[in-house]
Amino acid sequence: MIVAEAKPISEILTMVKGLKKVLVLGCKGCVTVCNVGGAKEAGILASSIRIAGRKEGIMVDVGEHTLERQCDPEYIEEVKDIVPSYDAVVSIACGVGPQFLSERYPGAKVFPGVNTKFMGGAVAHGIWSERCAGCGTCVIHYFGGMCPIARCSKSLMNGPCGGSSHGKCEISKDVDCIWDMIVRKAMDQGRLNDLLEFRPPKSWTTARDGGPRRMIREELVK
Amino acid sequence: MSDYKAGSNLEKVLKAGKFAFTGECGPPQGANITKLKEKAAHLKGCVDAVNITDNQTAVVRMSSWAASLTVLQEGVEPNFQMVCRDRNRLAAQSDVLGVYSHGIRNMLCLSGDHQKFGNHPEAKNVFDIDSIQLINVVKTMRDEGKFMNGQEIDVPPKLFIGAASNPFAEPYEFRVFRLAKKIAAGADFIQTQCIYNMVRFRDFMKRVVDMGLHEKCYILAGVTPMKSVGMAQYMAKQVPGMDVPDSLIKRLKGAPKGKAAAEGIKMAVEQIQEFKEMPGVAGVHLMAIEWEHRVREIAELAGMLPRPVV
Repeated sequence: MIVAEAKPISEILTMVKGLKKVLVLGCKGCVTVCNVGGAKEAGILASSIRIAGRKEGIMVDVGEHTLERQCDPEYIEEVKDIVPSYDAVVSIACGVGPQFLSERYPGAKVFPGVNTKFMGGAVAHGIWSERCAGCGTCVIHYFGGMCPIARCSKSLMNGPCGGSSHGKCEISKDVDCIWDMIVRKAMDQGRLNDLLEFRPPKSWTTARDGGPRRMIREELVK
Repeated sequence: MSDYKAGSNLEKVLKAGKFAFTGECGPPQGANITKLKEKAAHLKGCVDAVNITDNQTAVVRMSSWAASLTVLQEGVEPNFQMVCRDRNRLAAQSDVLGVYSHGIRNMLCLSGDHQKFGNHPEAKNVFDIDSIQLINVVKTMRDEGKFMNGQEIDVPPKLFIGAASNPFAEPYEFRVFRLAKKIAAGADFIQTQCIYNMVRFRDFMKRVVDMGLHEKCYILAGVTPMKSVGMAQYMAKQVPGMDVPDSLIKRLKGAPKGKAAAEGIKMAVEQIQEFKEMPGVAGVHLMAIEWEHRVREIAELAGMLPRPVV
């Protein structure tokens, strides 16, 4: 899933400062799963904005609504009658949501309420970890099913750098050295030879380096 | 036709079977090259080539190619270092052409310290290619006269290709294989991380020799003399991938007051002498950090002078 974290409330309050009517828009997709952008969090953020307004002597009219997904025009359409009545929309979906809203409602002010972090998953309750860099050409089968592009701090493709220590990356004791994991798994499986082969430079044409990406599936295009 | 791959002094010394001795020098954090020239003067005649570091520890310094040229003009052969952190494949290849056209003949290919450690931690890193891929790029440019895209090069750059190896980083079991990968990718010589744990290094070299890697590539053992007990403790605890045994720290602590640096030099000299006898070791790479003025003394004590002229 796409993992996000809430923006500091002070940052959001700066965005909506002086506005009278604000809509907080949640999303039932990934951000609900990572406890940052669902109906519950929309309610909390809406209350925070109301309270902050009251402290300044302003009664801010804060609406709350949560869409099935914000990365789909079909669901974005659902708020077509209410968006125009607000001064601004704070979307707490990932970075896709506020952009789909901005495109569909060109007259609306749309603010991001979360910081979109990465593609990953929960490794323990309350702890999420990155797994995929979205490079567009998956190569994890060469590395025991683990991705050095996303998970090695230097995206090394031919083995661990000299900074690997006690299974951790040189940049932080909180970051696993993925190459340590790749090597150990290969040894456990008796397949170390697989890692001795030279992995040539990767083509980044399918990654963000190739420009903003788009995918077309002809059979689905109406 | 010359039998040399690049014809650098370092290559000639190694190929002649002489025990090589290389030094290291960091470019200035500014455009003032006075001190760089002084460092070069200290190293002149003491070593066969001098590594010119490339934004080492991710701290911005004068570009390694520019500092390499300064050193070359001072009559010292540079070993131009390049890290993958700061350059994509276009920049890497164009710098290879550039340095060769100005007379640089050695190059060391490195991944580079993560920018988190440096003075611009907010930077975006590159890592378009990794160090082993870079080795292969430089070899392909030299031996096949081709860029990465297969396009022919008008006058291919002929560089003597170096790489680094850290026998002490984890996972230990893989280190000798990573070295083998670097050699297979095209490394002509290897400079190791600073060695303090001689027992473990001897074991590493035994594996290197058993695999015959020393016959495919020249291996230079890394030495950094300890200046103080504090430095030893810092290296032991703070520097990732460094193996500093307690016995070494104890010996430094045991030195008479004010004599820790002298003891550090003595230890480095003993190491160099041991490396001269160690199977598979073709030379020593002395990283005397901000101690360039002590290199002659170390070289003399270790019997490394005069340097061979090949």
